[in-house]
Parts: sequence; C-alpha cells; structure tokens
Amino acid sequence: MGRKQVQETYKTKKSNVGIVNSNYKAKYGFNVPENAVFKTKRGLNETVVRQISEMKKEPKWMLDFRLRGLKIFNEKVLPEWGGNLKNIDFDNIYYYLKPSDGEGKNWADVPMDIKNTFDRLGIPEAEKMHLAGVKAQFDSEVVYGSLMKELSDEGIIFMGTDEALKKHPEFFEQYFGKVIPSHDNKFAALNSAVWSGGSFVYIPKGAKVKRPLQAYFRINAINMGQFERTLIIADEGSEAHYVEGCTAPVYSADSLHSAVVEVIVKKGARFRYTTIQNWSNDVYNLVTKRARVEEDGIMEWIDGNLGSRLTMKYPSCYLVGERAHGEVLSIAYAAEGQHQDAGAKMFHIAPNTTSQIISKSVSVRGGRSSYRGMVNVSPSSDNAKSRVECDALILDADSRSDTYPVMKIDNSSANIEHEATVSKIGEEKMFYLMSRGLTEQEAMGLVVSGFIEPIVKELPLEYAVELNRLIELEMEGSVG
Amino acid sequence: MLEIKNLHVKIDENEILKGVNLSLAENKVHVLMGPNGSGKSTLAQSLMGHPGYEVTEGSVMLDGKNLLDLEPDERSLAGLYLSFQYPSEVPGVTISSFLRMVYNKRNKENLSPVKFRKLLAEKMKVLGIDESFMTRYLNEGFSGGEKKRMEILQMLVLAPKFAILDETDSGLDIDALKVVSHGVNVLKEQTGMGVLVITHYTRILNYITPDFVHVMKDGIIVKSGGKELADELESQGYEPFGE
Repeated sequence: MGRKQVQETYKTKKSNVGIVNSNYKAKYGFNVPENAVFKTKRGLNETVVRQISEMKKEPKWMLDFRLRGLKIFNEKVLPEWGGNLKNIDFDNIYYYLKPSDGEGKNWADVPMDIKNTFDRLGIPEAEKMHLAGVKAQFDSEVVYGSLMKELSDEGIIFMGTDEALKKHPEFFEQYFGKVIPSHDNKFAALNSAVWSGGSFVYIPKGAKVKRPLQAYFRINAINMGQFERTLIIADEGSEAHYVEGCTAPVYSADSLHSAVVEVIVKKGARFRYTTIQNWSNDVYNLVTKRARVEEDGIMEWIDGNLGSRLTMKYPSCYLVGERAHGEVLSIAYAAEGQHQDAGAKMFHIAPNTTSQIISKSVSVRGGRSSYRGMVNVSPSSDNAKSRVECDALILDADSRSDTYPVMKIDNSSANIEHEATVSKIGEEKMFYLMSRGLTEQEAMGLVVSGFIEPIVKELPLEYAVELNRLIELEMEGSVG
Repeated sequence: MLEIKNLHVKIDENEILKGVNLSLAENKVHVLMGPNGSGKSTLAQSLMGHPGYEVTEGSVMLDGKNLLDLEPDERSLAGLYLSFQYPSEVPGVTISSFLRMVYNKRNKENLSPVKFRKLLAEKMKVLGIDESFMTRYLNEGFSGGEKKRMEILQMLVLAPKFAILDETDSGLDIDALKVVSHGVNVLKEQTGMGVLVITHYTRILNYITPDFVHVMKDGIIVKSGGKELADELESQGYEPFGE
C-alpha cells in the first residue's frame, strides 16, 4: 500500500473572478418555453405515483412496485454522509412532466422547440457522424429514438424503458429492480416510485456493437425532477459501449436528477458505460449505478462529473462470477457552489476477481470534491485483486478535496493496492509553462488537461474533445 | 539589444543582485561565469520573471520595452527564452501537443498536428532526439540529459531573439554537450539569436565560441572581456576576481 503526498502552492497573483458558469449559460443553460402535454402537481404523494402509472398504462405489478418504492422513500431518512441534502425541497418539485405525445423515430416527428434544443446540443449531428443509436429524453419522457437497422436486425434492443416494459416484459420480470432493489437507498426508492424514461438495452449473445449507443438527458422545466431508469443486459460474450450526456438550463431554482442504472454483464461479456454529465449549478444529482458481473465478464464505468450543485454517485460492480473484472475511471470537476461527492464501489464475491478504480478530481474557485470509495472482498473471494488510485488537484486556496476510502477485506489471499495523491499546481510549474508564452490561464488549463488525460484518453474522440473544451471554458473563469 | 541596467533583486529580504549592468547583442554569445551563490541563476530567473524574485531597482530593455513590466508569458512572446536548470515535469501533456500549442500561439498559425509533427521531427533530428519523444509527457521521467536536450528542442521551436542557457551544460556527457551546443549554433546562425551562456565550466566553450565573457561575484559583474578571460578563469579560478 503506497501513499504519497505532494504539497506545493501556487498563489495566483490576481484575484479570482467568480464567473458562475458564464459559458455554460450560453451553450447549455438556455431553456425553451414549457409546453407540457401533462404534468403532475408539485410534490410527491400516492396520487402522483398513481397518476404516473396510469398515464403510462402500466401493468399492475409495476404500480405496486412504485407504491412500495414510495413507502420506502417516506420511511428512510436522508443520508447524513456525503453532501448537504437538507435544502432539497421535495414538496416543491414536479415529479413527472410529459413533454410530447410519444417518441419520434425521426427528428421531424419531434416537436419543434424540443428538436431545436437537441440541435443546439449537437445531438442529431453526432448521431449522423458516429453513433449506433440515440435516445433523447426531455424532462420525464424519451422524445426521440433511433437504432441502426443492421443492429435491430441482429436482435439488439435499444429503446425507452417505458416502451420496453410494454414490448419486452419478460426482461423486466427477471431483472428490473434486482441489481438495485428499492430499499437500497432513499434515492433508489424515490426513483422506484416515480421513474420515467431512461434506456433499455439488450445485447444478444455474442453480438458486438462497434459504435456507441448514446442517450442524452435534458431537463428543461423549472423545479423539475428527472428520474430515468436504465436497464442494460449484455448477454454472454457480447460487447457494447453506452454513452450518456446530461445538461439542464440555468435557473436559480433547484432541480433534482435521481436516476437508477442497472447493468447485467453475463458470462464473458464486456460492457462500457460512459457518462459525461454537465449539469447546471441548480441540479442535485443523486444517482445509483450498479453492475452485476458474471464469470469472465468485464464492466467499465467511465464517469465524468462536471457541474451540478451536489453530485453523489458511486458506480459499483458486484463481481459475482469467477474472474469477473470491474473498473471505474472517474473525473470530478468542482467549481464554485459545487460539491462533487463521487467515487466507486467494488464488491469481490467470486474467486479470482479483479478490479481497478482510478479517480481524478479537480477543485477550483471554492469547489469541493470528495472521493468516496469502497473495496469489499468477501470470504468467498479467494485471490481477489484490486487497485485504487485517487488523485486530487486543488487549484486555489479556497477549494477543497477530501478522500474517504473504505476497504473491507475478509479474505487474507486478497491483493489490494491503494495510492492517493493530493497536489496543488506548483509555482515552478506555472512559471515554467508561462516562460514558453502561455498565459496563466492557458498554463493552468494545460496542467489540468494533463492531469485528467489518463481518463480522457479512454473516451471516444468526440467526447474527449468536448471534455477538454469544457475544461478550457471552465478555466476562463479561474484566473483574473 | 537586451540591455540590463542597474538590476537589483531580492529574495525574502536578501538582496542577491546588487546592480547588474549587462548589454547583450544579437548574434553574439555572452558567457556569464562565477562561483556558486554569486547570483547567476537569480539573474536568469528574474530576467524571465519568476514571481519569487522581487526586482527593487533597474530596467531590462528589449526592443524599447521594459521586460520588468511584463508577465513571464509576455516576456517570452517579446523574444526571451530561458533554458531551465531544473525543468518542471508536466504529466499527461505530450511534447508534441505542448509545443504545437506554443508554436501556433506565437506564430499566429494553426498548424494541424500532422503538419506540426513534421516540423518538430526536423528540429528533433538536429538534436538527435528520437521521434518517440513526441508522444512522451513533457519531461516526465526524463533523465537530466534528456531534460536539457528538451530545453534546447523547445528553443529551436520557439526561435527566440535572446536565449539564456542556465547551466544547460551541467550534468551532460560529452556527446550530449556537443549535440546541445550544435543546436544553439544552428539556431544562432539561422536567426541571429543572441545567447547568454551561464556556466561553471569552460568545457562548453569548446563547442560554443564566446564573443564576450563576464564574471559575476556577489551580485555584480566584476569583470568583462573576451574569450581569453575564460582561459584565465580556467587556470586561476575566481579568487583573483575578489574584492
């Protein structure tokens, strides 16, 4: 177990200018007039839950599932750990908003204002260029969906979760709510009660999907709660990559995003789930993501967390089959008014399972980032191997970084490595880069992009470029 | 001309430079020698604008601009280059992407990565640097000699008006010393760059021919002359240049 600490200080000569997501506002922070087909009243109660289920014409078992979720949500207290959740006004939130009638299979079928939103976000363009399929969710419902024909011919299913529940109920009876049961935590219970939208993905045995499947989650309405529910099954020997992006308008009123993502990786399958979330500062982002990985399966979570007021998210892998491998690569970027409480959890249950967690966090302009991680090796898991590396970069004296690693090792044959570093950008390094003609801001941006490079290089090129650009924009607000 | 007049510099209340006067001409090689602690590196760092060094008096004029009013990046764009004695490591940033960014900015160009790599490959060839270094992270895990070569490579790409080599020769074996000197000579010949070589040893002067030699002691220049001054230092040491 190695641990090194680097402590250098870089004092910016000029005072930091606090531009609150100045560029965010222009690019993502816009909204279109709310034009809902249906919207529940503010607040959460049994009537709201019943209304949602009724709107969706769901089977009785799903309504019962929702009502059970509501009961658990009401019974569970807010977590005391993580970030400050006390200011969430659950009574002031809209839990369901239906933006349009049904899901368009062509962008032309999507209402104009909604289509314009996704145009501005560049989704149709990306779809043409490099995606195998797209789901676009606007507030509570999926408004657009596509999948390349050759993939659907191969038996690959990629559809909105609501549609899938109707068309493929057999998967839901077997898998829905099994990896993340409603009682797992308060927000999983909330999602269980009011879930809407999200993606359902099924990759048949042996199928290999080369291009990514993309989902884009957009909150548009004020005080909105978005509760998508994603269920993914990668059948034996299959391979696929799913990417999700998330943004929201800038309001000075809170929104809540509380998703549940369940992934089942069957024997010998390999699945990669990439998230680039860039929420506005109004959003509480409280998401539960978990994968069950069977024999020789590989699950990779790549998690990029920018924006939001508070993110609490710890993608996890249950390594239940022999030689299963789990991996989390995560980047958190916390600027002013933001707390990123992110990390990962690995549960080694079967023998010879391996895992790796690499977490990089950047804190700037008073932002706070925390790494919270868990490696759990159970007595049944002989010869488990796990490696955890968490690196924090703090750009100024107002910002903060914390590390909360937990290791619970109940098998003496385990091989566990943990390495943590905290660094500040040294004066010497800044001077060195500036002496080559780079401004303070360019130099800092370069150091930050180098710091997150090990994770960025795992992203598809388009997302890597986008992420680097976002960081550059963020840097513009960092020095005066 | 790079004209240093009456330069006084403090670090944490200790005055290190006590009135340095030095004029560097373009297309000339000046050598600055002196014992440890005489202020040679302080001069290099304060000319480039290190924020830890406080200039209390004096001026440094380059093309009518007082460099002391400028930030380090502005001094660089004005044409000053410093080859660092201890270059920083920048993990995750490749040499080619870093130098491309710097090159495009200085030349107001927008060379694509492919085109820039071609340009960079030519410069690397001058210094006998393997092309695999293009994708290495800047200085990360480099040996002392590799770092020094990288400093000279950057100089070739940036093509400054004046370059300060702060003990670039120290720790180099004879082959590396030849290569580094070759790089300096090539650029000087091509562009008429002025050079200030800061060194402890006369060894490098076998490969870079000095036009002027200056001796620094206790924060001031105590003697200036031609190449013969270096030979004098070689045989007699710094003692004769005392008070």
